[in-house]
Amino acid sequence: MIKHHLSDDLLMAYSAGQLPEAFSLVVATHVSLCDECRARLAGFDSIGGAVLEHTESAAMAEGSLEATLRRIGRAPESPAISPPARGRVLPRPVRDYVGGGVDAVKWRNLGGGVRQAILPTSRAASARLLYIPAGAAVPDHGHKGTELTLVLQGAFSDESARFGRGDVEIADESVEHTPVAEPGAACICLAATDAPLKFNALIPRLVQPFFRI
Amino acid sequence: MLQSLERLEKPDASARPPTYGVGAGRVRAGHEQETAAITDETPADWVALVARVRDGQDAAAFAALFRHFAPRVKAFLMKGGASAAVAEDCAQDVMATVWRKAHLFDPSRASVATWIFTIARNRRIDVLRRENRPEPEELGWGPEPEPDQEDVFALQQDSAKLGAALAELPDKQRQLVERAYFGELSHTEIAAETGLPLGTIKSRIRLALERLRHSLS
Repeated sequence: MIKHHLSDDLLMAYSAGQLPEAFSLVVATHVSLCDECRARLAGFDSIGGAVLEHTESAAMAEGSLEATLRRIGRAPESPAISPPARGRVLPRPVRDYVGGGVDAVKWRNLGGGVRQAILPTSRAASARLLYIPAGAAVPDHGHKGTELTLVLQGAFSDESARFGRGDVEIADESVEHTPVAEPGAACICLAATDAPLKFNALIPRLVQPFFRI
Repeated sequence: MLQSLERLEKPDASARPPTYGVGAGRVRAGHEQETAAITDETPADWVALVARVRDGQDAAAFAALFRHFAPRVKAFLMKGGASAAVAEDCAQDVMATVWRKAHLFDPSRASVATWIFTIARNRRIDVLRRENRPEPEELGWGPEPEPDQEDVFALQQDSAKLGAALAELPDKQRQLVERAYFGELSHTEIAAETGLPLGTIKSRIRLALERLRHSLS
């Protein structure tokens, strides 16, 4: 049961097509797991429909309909929808970036059993998968900008709440916390931030330039 | 395919003036008349036209959709910063996608305008921002072949009401919403308090999703 959802601001910015790619990835992945947010997103999309319907027109070039019909004639059959990756740890939007499931992730060790893999998105924000061994703490960190953390496997808790599969934590500059993975399965998260994380302990900060945390 | 353009069932659609305004610069002027002059078709008529494209590769139905939506998509893209030439090319692409993906349109979850908006928005991100657009996983292998007609009708009604509510917003507020969707505001500038009644449409779509999940399981 998902308890921590996306904010209206994020859903609307995603619907309007204005989020950096890394944030869009988190939104698309959460919506893949959450019908509540899927319905809310569809509500925001319908505003887009109303805006399009009520917008002024710009005349199409002469012969544009015929040109479009020719394009349709030329195009290959559109591929069937990929079957949903139901029950898999990585929902399809993440699989598309990883090029497969968890086994295909190219992890890099950060020390203490914590691993991460940066996903290739545009540079306005960065997205990465985090692997935190059961019971381990993510290094104590504060935030510049906004950070979204979506749990895909296991769970973590911080000072304020517990986050399980599908839950998304939205943290801004005011949040300084120490997430700890629950005992049991390792915790795998998809995280996106529009600024580098700032670590409070000396050593992780020195490590930061190398690992692009 | 082209011959069937002749037997267009809605001659009034072609009689409408092809354009109302021009250029990306003139965004707001004449908005009121524009809203009033929009169209005689109801959202349900558009749904029927998409079904004819899907089931019969009906070029006349597609032509009616094209005449209505292509100029709007073009204007939408120009307001998002595309040149007239790029917007023309993309609008043709968007309408070609409408034909090719007609089988994926689910009228119990979106109006035709909303569906076309999402295609146009993704094209804008692709072409203007040169970014990938991560999309949520689809629920199954496409919409149910025959969604409940009452669901479809209710959702299309809700969409029409939302359109009317948008038109009635105070100018400043409406313009803010429009600018967000045209792509003129950054994500940090977008505030989701639109003053638009989204509760009904959200609950309706939630029910449609539950039904779809049920039919898939």
